[in-house]
Amino acid sequence: MTSQTPEDKGGQAPDQRATAQTPENAPSTVSDREGSVESHPGAGEVDTTRRVEHVGTRVGMFGVRGSGDTSGYGGLVQATILPGAAQRPFGGWFDEAYDALAAAWTAGPLEQAVPHVVIHRGELTLHVHRDHLLEVARLMRDDARLRFELCSGVSGVHYPQDAGAELHVVVHLLSMTHNRRLRLEVTCHDADPHVPSIVPVYPTADWHERETYDMFGVIFDGHPSLTRILMPDDWPGHPQRKDYPLGGIPVEYKGGTVPPPDQRRAYN
Amino acid sequence: MTTEQQDIFAEPGAAPEEGRVFTVTGQDWDEIAASLSNDDDEIAERVVVNMGPQHPSTHGVLRLILELEGETVTEARAGIGYLHTGIEKNMEYRTWVQGVTFCTRMDYLSPFYNEMTYSLGVERLLDIEDQIPERAQVIRVMMLELNRVSSHLVAIATGGMEIGALTVMTCGFRERELVLDLFELITGLRMNHAYIRPGGVAQDLPHNALDELRDFLPLMRKRLTEYAALCNANPIFRARLDGVGHLDLEACLALGVTGPALRSTGYPWDLRKTQPVSGYETYDFDVQTWDTADSYGRFRIRLAEMHESLRIVEQCMGRLEKSEGAPVMVADKKIAWPSQLAIGSDGMGNSLDHIRHIMGESMEALIHHFKLVTEGFRVPPGQAYVPLESPRGELGCHLVSDGGTRPARAHFRDPSFVNLQATGLMSEGGMVSDVIVAIASIDPVMGGVDR
Repeated sequence: MTSQTPEDKGGQAPDQRATAQTPENAPSTVSDREGSVESHPGAGEVDTTRRVEHVGTRVGMFGVRGSGDTSGYGGLVQATILPGAAQRPFGGWFDEAYDALAAAWTAGPLEQAVPHVVIHRGELTLHVHRDHLLEVARLMRDDARLRFELCSGVSGVHYPQDAGAELHVVVHLLSMTHNRRLRLEVTCHDADPHVPSIVPVYPTADWHERETYDMFGVIFDGHPSLTRILMPDDWPGHPQRKDYPLGGIPVEYKGGTVPPPDQRRAYN
Repeated sequence: MTTEQQDIFAEPGAAPEEGRVFTVTGQDWDEIAASLSNDDDEIAERVVVNMGPQHPSTHGVLRLILELEGETVTEARAGIGYLHTGIEKNMEYRTWVQGVTFCTRMDYLSPFYNEMTYSLGVERLLDIEDQIPERAQVIRVMMLELNRVSSHLVAIATGGMEIGALTVMTCGFRERELVLDLFELITGLRMNHAYIRPGGVAQDLPHNALDELRDFLPLMRKRLTEYAALCNANPIFRARLDGVGHLDLEACLALGVTGPALRSTGYPWDLRKTQPVSGYETYDFDVQTWDTADSYGRFRIRLAEMHESLRIVEQCMGRLEKSEGAPVMVADKKIAWPSQLAIGSDGMGNSLDHIRHIMGESMEALIHHFKLVTEGFRVPPGQAYVPLESPRGELGCHLVSDGGTRPARAHFRDPSFVNLQATGLMSEGGMVSDVIVAIASIDPVMGGVDR
């Protein structure tokens, strides 16, 4: 973890290593960084979606703002960097699956639909452009070499500081035929929270997408009935978003008062 | 009974409903039926019934919206969210270790599975999967399998109660009590254990645990055969369950249904065999399947799985005898919870030896304790999903870390939530009474559905 902010490097994201690829892989190289020239063989245009997964900045250490912290740690600035794009060869069956998808993908180079691939702790994540999600999902299910028959689930993650891609939607797929798992990840802008629904391909995603809409406000285009599922129909806001407070009341105990969890001082 | 244009429970000033609204107060069905038959045919035959959320046969606070034609269900929908407690959101405000205490309350009939999938996710993100001590892995497997027995017993018991077989219910809860006693002995609690923690388990087995288990196994084996004798060929039981809640393999895969419902189609998909964690591949057990794809098949699978679980528990006991005194928590002191628990006069708490050590002997130990307890450990950024075969199907926790001391996101893929989507497919076209059986056969736990 580096203590440099993006600002320190003139708008460029900090140095990054692909933290965990399979042992066969080399760490992500400099050329993989934002705005640099595409290095993959067979890749088409430089893809602007290929970027360092810099999703936030952590300031201070003890949750104290302003005065009160004399330790010096209050000035600590750390970048939150998710594992970066993996390089070929991915190792294991990951190459096989990726090649199968690339072979089945007929509409131009696969890099347009799947800008980058992340391998972390032995799990494969395909970052899919939202325009192509439905088609990728369909190939995932139908192609004999992929055959991800079962969608384990759909859920959202909110990265409030990931400008332009605040909302992420992750889809977990399972291939019972090949006994494999992978994850599709789609991002969308907070102001344009639209992602195509994968219900036409995986009917099980129905309730998952309703829950993701309920909790994050992501609108799944093409969903048969996108309504709230856990919260009441007239509930304001989307509770799992980071800007939605946890809520709670202070609790008095033996003369002291304990504030609700989201207002307590906490390490960050 | 009143029949009027305005729904008395509607919002004040709301637009009048289409058609008539009936307020049923009980014992007035004949009156309603009589008044209906005077109207035109369409209204006479189409009745929408709200069943639940407070209904003894809906397996918890589940609301069923049934459209009936006579006694035939033409459309069935499930309304959920009545037990939504925001556990996932709450976990974002607690340390990684505290998260266990929250997620154990989700699917309250299989708490160890919630703890396990969460802990495995944290361990994968920490990259310490290989460092978990062998003894901790064995204890985990043993607790999971005991939990499978107790959970399946409730599934059978409540399923029996919902179709009126009260003996099955009383027997099921009687046997479950045996398992809960073991949980209480080992973890200190009957449910909400927070026993399986990132890095291992909270504490080692008490000295008499294995003796109690040795008494428990033959007794449970004997009792389980009683269920088979009572139910397997019972004509009433079979008449209610045979062919009800049919869900074939294609439907299961399309709807994401896993667990006993999937195995009742004859497909031996069990994550303990196909994607084993915690050393499941080293145990000798068989995956149970049935070929009828109906409620009866799911009942038989649960019954057979309990025997398999007892087989696994027996193997665990052999290994635990050999590894007496071995560590049950990861050796990394930056992750392992510093205190050692002990029973004091006021219940479970930090052991006096540990308090003496940090308060009287070592300043460094005190700092270490303080830092780990208040701040917790940091988990490298990334995301992980480690699913398990819970009694109800695939249970997984999608964990996202941003490098902090608390999860950035913890989402649980609960099998009850997913399986409940099959309500319509299993019930439409059948009788009202079969809806109850179909839902009982997938055994949804609303604590897990709503989280």
